[in-house]
Amino acid sequence: MAETHDRPPEQFTIRLRRYDPGSGEAAYWDEHTVELEPHRSVLEAILQARDRFDGSIGIRCSCRQAICGSCGVRVNGEPSLACHTHLDAAKQGADGGVIEIEPMGNMPVIKDLIVDMDAVHWKKIQRVTPWLLAKQPVPEREYLVSRESMVDVTQTMACIQCGACVSDCLAMEVDPGFIGPAALAKAYRFVGDPRDDQHFARLNDLAQDPQGIFDCTHCFKCVEACPKDVNPMGQIMRLRRVATADFHIVDRNNGERHEAAFAGLVKDNGLLWEAELLPRSYGGNSWFGKFHPAAAKEMLSSLPAILRALVRGKVTPMGALKPHKIPSADLKAVQGIYEKVDGREDRYELNLYVVGEDEEGPQAEGAPAAATAGATATTEHDGQAPAAPESPEGSADT
Amino acid sequence: MKVAYWPGCVSRGFTPELHGSMAKVAPLLDIELVELDRACCTGAGVIAEHNQELADTLNARTFALAQRVEGAEMMMNICSTCQGAQSECQQRLDANAEYRTHVNSTLAAEGLSYEKGLTNKNFLWLLVEEIGLDSLRSRVTRPLANLRVGPFYGCYIVRPRERLGIDQEHPRDGYLHQVIEALGGTVIDYAGMRKCCGFPIITMNKEASLKQAGRHLGDAVDAEADCLVTPCPLCHLNLDLQQPLAETAVGRSLDMPILHLPQLVGLALGLDPKDLGLNRHVVRPTSVIDWSASVVAAAA
Repeated sequence: MAETHDRPPEQFTIRLRRYDPGSGEAAYWDEHTVELEPHRSVLEAILQARDRFDGSIGIRCSCRQAICGSCGVRVNGEPSLACHTHLDAAKQGADGGVIEIEPMGNMPVIKDLIVDMDAVHWKKIQRVTPWLLAKQPVPEREYLVSRESMVDVTQTMACIQCGACVSDCLAMEVDPGFIGPAALAKAYRFVGDPRDDQHFARLNDLAQDPQGIFDCTHCFKCVEACPKDVNPMGQIMRLRRVATADFHIVDRNNGERHEAAFAGLVKDNGLLWEAELLPRSYGGNSWFGKFHPAAAKEMLSSLPAILRALVRGKVTPMGALKPHKIPSADLKAVQGIYEKVDGREDRYELNLYVVGEDEEGPQAEGAPAAATAGATATTEHDGQAPAAPESPEGSADT
Repeated sequence: MKVAYWPGCVSRGFTPELHGSMAKVAPLLDIELVELDRACCTGAGVIAEHNQELADTLNARTFALAQRVEGAEMMMNICSTCQGAQSECQQRLDANAEYRTHVNSTLAAEGLSYEKGLTNKNFLWLLVEEIGLDSLRSRVTRPLANLRVGPFYGCYIVRPRERLGIDQEHPRDGYLHQVIEALGGTVIDYAGMRKCCGFPIITMNKEASLKQAGRHLGDAVDAEADCLVTPCPLCHLNLDLQQPLAETAVGRSLDMPILHLPQLVGLALGLDPKDLGLNRHVVRPTSVIDWSASVVAAAA
């Protein structure tokens, strides 16, 4: 580190996206060359350009140490905290060595690099009731909860509300009403909190909302964007899991049906049977699903695609009517796995954010289960506190 | 090289031309495919969403089967979504010995066991890292001259970078670019090339799903691409099969042919477009077929 810090100042060229909606002028690029040590941050470069060359450059910042979440921008197209991005690294990833800095996406620009977080990000955060709706009666002193149940929500608590995930959300890009990664990660913060009394109501609300948990396209953009490893998409998947598996919420967006149909078809055939997946996602997870009015309506609306696929020989009627299967002995083995794992009352989840990775070298078999602290066995989530982590063998008496 | 080959479900279902073209291309690249026909669906992230341990166990079973293929150097898949779903499960299995032991205890019923450290590469990665671009170039008999190809990476094979082993040494999120160039084509960059095709929400929010597909296709049309190439059959479903509906969703005509990666490779290696199943697509790859014919004519 010392060596890095000893490096003398160098010149860096930054290219800023400038825009003042009030001016009536179009957005434009503005280049400045600053002089700073390579380990300094992109934020420092912007501030130097503002101090030395143009006092009108708009940038929001406060703590300068990746805690306050104020200076979210796009550096070379990637969402980043300006204060947390070193100049040498940014230059390395820059086209032609010129570091490109733009405001975050999916939010309106107030000026230059400052976006309107209130209009999008904070509004969505408010949408999920981001506070504890405490179980009654509230204890006179503190709530007593298991350490493990709070460890489970620490990942979402690491969020600094910088909006980087919102900036790059691909679902929001086409559907601005999508509640989005930051707010849904925040929702899990309370759904996973044993002190909260409204787990069902929260989940039902977010599952039934057409722009809720089932509107996420699973693109991993938020996972990449987050500077704090919150894994918003992972939290959305956990919300889905708790909503469907524990609370049996059947939503009107086909989310639960799609999941049930997918898992069911793989259990029945070993492989996915796409021709059945679509109608069952609308009409319910059985062979009769396709005769449900909702499925019929969907098939009708897809007719232009289906007909062309048939004409082109892409899909044959027999191919659509008959599933492809794996050999029966293997199917039996797969079904055995379903029965053992899916049939177990407690789900066993491994969160690497909490557990971390093993040191090199395999652990001895039969090592104490405590080594997997952070693996949560989620019991039937009926508003009761989740069970403490248990042995991976599934025994409940650890 | 010999590989334990996982074709996935969709390549044997709604995009049979993918599995078919891979089988045709493999011998030309000296790849011996040993098909994992006993393995089950990866779950595409949906089974993991339902029950994480279930997805991990089903995929551990596939990994264990792959490890038993004698002489296989690694496992190979031809589906980005499979790669993403498998990499996620493998990351958990490899990270924690105790969890692995637990999962293996379920597999023990079948006498199977997964040992940490399987190499599992999508055909795209294998092409660049194992076959090598120089070797690929040397095998091209019909360079894709004047063909403007837009890469469509999709999501599962480019994010998250760390899990997928993408770094400066392995710039896997740029491999489609490299392969198109090695085959003699012209790479067309456009805004949507690493964005989501929309497929995962086609049953939940059809309008948004088709808008995503339509928008990226429109970007490619505006950038004057002749066709797109993708390593993901699910992207292919939304971009090709659903293209007539995507056109309605974005209110413009698109007519953009979508090729599977082995099809593009096969064309440059001299295979017949029909043998590669190019006649099976919903959007006729007219630009590609015309091009092939013209090159063949020129060569003759």
